[in-house]
Amino acid sequence: MAELAAIVLVVGLTAYAVLGGADFGAGFWDLTAGGAERGSRVRGMVKRSMGPVWEANHVWLIFVLVVMWTCFPPAFAAIMETLYVPIFLAGMGIILRGAAFALRGEAATIGEARALGATFALSSVLTPFFLGAAIGAVAAGEVPAGEPGDAIASWTGAVPLLAGVTAVMTGAFLAAVFMASDSVRAELPDLVAAFRTRALGAGVVAGALAIGGLFIVKADVPDLFDGLTEGAGLVAVLASGAGGVATLWLVWTGRFAVARYSAAVAVGSILVGLAVAQSPDFLPGELTFADAAAGDSTLLAALVSVAVGLAVILPSLALLFRLTLAGKLDPDFHPIGSSKDER
Amino acid sequence: MQEYLLEARQMQALSLGVHIPLVCFGIAFPAMVLFAEGLWLRTGDPAYKALAKRWSKVMLILFAIGVVTGTILSFELGLLWPEFMRRWGEVFGVAFALEGVSFFVEAIFIAIYVYGWDRLSPRAHIMSGIPIVVSGFTGAAFVISVNGWMNNPSGFDVEGGEVVNVRPFEALFNSNVWHELIHMYLAGFLVAGFLVAGVYAVAALKGKRGTYYRAGLVIPLAIVALAAPAQMVVGDWAARTIAEEQPTKLAALEGLDETTEGAGLTAGGIYVDGKVYGGIEIPNLLSLLAFHDPNAEIQGLDAVPEEDRPPVAIVRNSFQVMVGIGTFLAAVSAWFLWARWRRSSLPGSKWFLRAVVAAGPLSVVALIAGWITTEVGRQPWIVYEFMRTEEAVTGADGIPIGYATITAVYVALAAVAFVLLRRIAREGPEAELHEGAGNFEALP
Repeated sequence: MAELAAIVLVVGLTAYAVLGGADFGAGFWDLTAGGAERGSRVRGMVKRSMGPVWEANHVWLIFVLVVMWTCFPPAFAAIMETLYVPIFLAGMGIILRGAAFALRGEAATIGEARALGATFALSSVLTPFFLGAAIGAVAAGEVPAGEPGDAIASWTGAVPLLAGVTAVMTGAFLAAVFMASDSVRAELPDLVAAFRTRALGAGVVAGALAIGGLFIVKADVPDLFDGLTEGAGLVAVLASGAGGVATLWLVWTGRFAVARYSAAVAVGSILVGLAVAQSPDFLPGELTFADAAAGDSTLLAALVSVAVGLAVILPSLALLFRLTLAGKLDPDFHPIGSSKDER
Repeated sequence: MQEYLLEARQMQALSLGVHIPLVCFGIAFPAMVLFAEGLWLRTGDPAYKALAKRWSKVMLILFAIGVVTGTILSFELGLLWPEFMRRWGEVFGVAFALEGVSFFVEAIFIAIYVYGWDRLSPRAHIMSGIPIVVSGFTGAAFVISVNGWMNNPSGFDVEGGEVVNVRPFEALFNSNVWHELIHMYLAGFLVAGFLVAGVYAVAALKGKRGTYYRAGLVIPLAIVALAAPAQMVVGDWAARTIAEEQPTKLAALEGLDETTEGAGLTAGGIYVDGKVYGGIEIPNLLSLLAFHDPNAEIQGLDAVPEEDRPPVAIVRNSFQVMVGIGTFLAAVSAWFLWARWRRSSLPGSKWFLRAVVAAGPLSVVALIAGWITTEVGRQPWIVYEFMRTEEAVTGADGIPIGYATITAVYVALAAVAFVLLRRIAREGPEAELHEGAGNFEALP
């Protein structure tokens, strides 16, 4: 049953990495959109795309935390004790990102809109970096099961930092693909072109990070590298690569709606691969999933609750995404931060 | 190890203090919005639609801030109290899993509802709001379940210092769930109702007239007028449960030093250094309220060693603040009901409107005071009589920095949110009355 709970955990984490990651990636493009005039259309699209879905996407993080502390309490406690710095900073980023996004629509002056927009965009980049670094630190075996590890050194090694940067770039890649598709639906060809370029650029960078990262992993954490280059881990790595290449080709040829799914495979497979590579360990070299698992009665109760929950959530999510992709929930498009009224 | 226990507790308290008022809106606002939309569908009066749209816009903003401030709470459970989670996570965790499900449903349908204005059919639109109301209730129920469990832990055995034989559903449905849940649920309606009513009471005092403003005042007032009297009954139920299960907490609530038969109750006053100043003493009332028997024995603080007692002054004074404000809220509600009954209209007095304006912030104070009462009243235990808070706290030495950081973030957030929400409150209904689509894009 511990294995089943571990699968649920990894599925939740993958969903968050893809869906939540894309929302953070949208913030990355907001941050890098350029000056107020030049960037206003990209920023308008970011707001329009994220608006209806980001809160539901964010709940996957809650899901992951809850499953972790219910089904694997010692692992949760150990991770929180050692990695409290990046996790706390990610928490602050989550507050600033969400609140600034929610409130920016109420800004009345350009100054206010820019201040809230900058807060949103900057925290959208920092948050996935710290979350990625925390995941990288776990994968790199930096989290001991007993006495807490070093609060700084545990997540500032090459592998955690690489994981942080990769989290940012994969999010940016996903967001660009998703928003290119959204721009097609909104019939805004200039933005289709803008996000197409961004998707290709971010895809190449994220791919390079992933491939280059493998060499860093090989040097620093050989066990993890072995896990990623044999058996199921290798399958996941290859799936990620294939998804990435397919996405670049689909984006190049302008088939964005399909590219959404291949991009999700490319990014999701990385997390699945990490999980497979380090299994049966939850905290590599320290604690297995089986040893970290709660008692069977708790696992059963949690799995039943999750199953019942998913029976409610999945149709609801399907409805949300169906309405979104059908354009039923699209807010009107307005450039953000421009001094000219471009409506 | 426990160098920063106090800072950790304050950090947790601050984070909860910011989040809980937002939860009130998550609980109560959807029902109010749907009520206004229902009036629109029934009457066709666009003023009701404007009100529902305006409220749903604010509802979405408050929900978003609630989402992120709630997330930091789940981080803090691990960051600040790792031993609590390590040892007990498997006992109470399932409640949070179910809460997560509720939260998902809420997030999904709030998006469909708010972004679906004028895009979904009116019937589909109002239907999409119903899951928000339901999940607001269930979400609160599961979080409250964990809190109830901390105050009266059950669903496990302890053998040789180890937690064994965990029965998660027994923990989930502990004896505190029901009264705490109803108490909090009603509090949600009181806080959200009075704060929203306060906005329209200000408008009425400024001479704003018309269906939009009138409905904005009457809808929340009708809700609080039902909730406030009911809350007094539930409060009595809660106190009787505490008397049986956490007698030390009851003693702290009342500042009762010695075990007493036929204990009196001191209403009001301030508790300083073991004495109550300025209260009104009513003989035998505490025994009567707690056990419905004027001569019942009430356990005093002296029944437990000093290190097992909560800080009495904070608990008792918070409790008095909550009860005092609750009484005021009930009086305002009674005033409203009386005028509706006598003249089927609002009380004409400007003092009524002023009282409603004051009731909004006061209800938040009562809410926080109530939580201080139950949570500080649980001390020194994090899991009542099983684990001390000092055993649960992290040994991390970055706590003061974290506390300072989150304080700064929350002060800034509160200031920005206050300014922007007040701006929305001051706007007339023109924007919603005239705009066609449900976009919220009032951007420069």
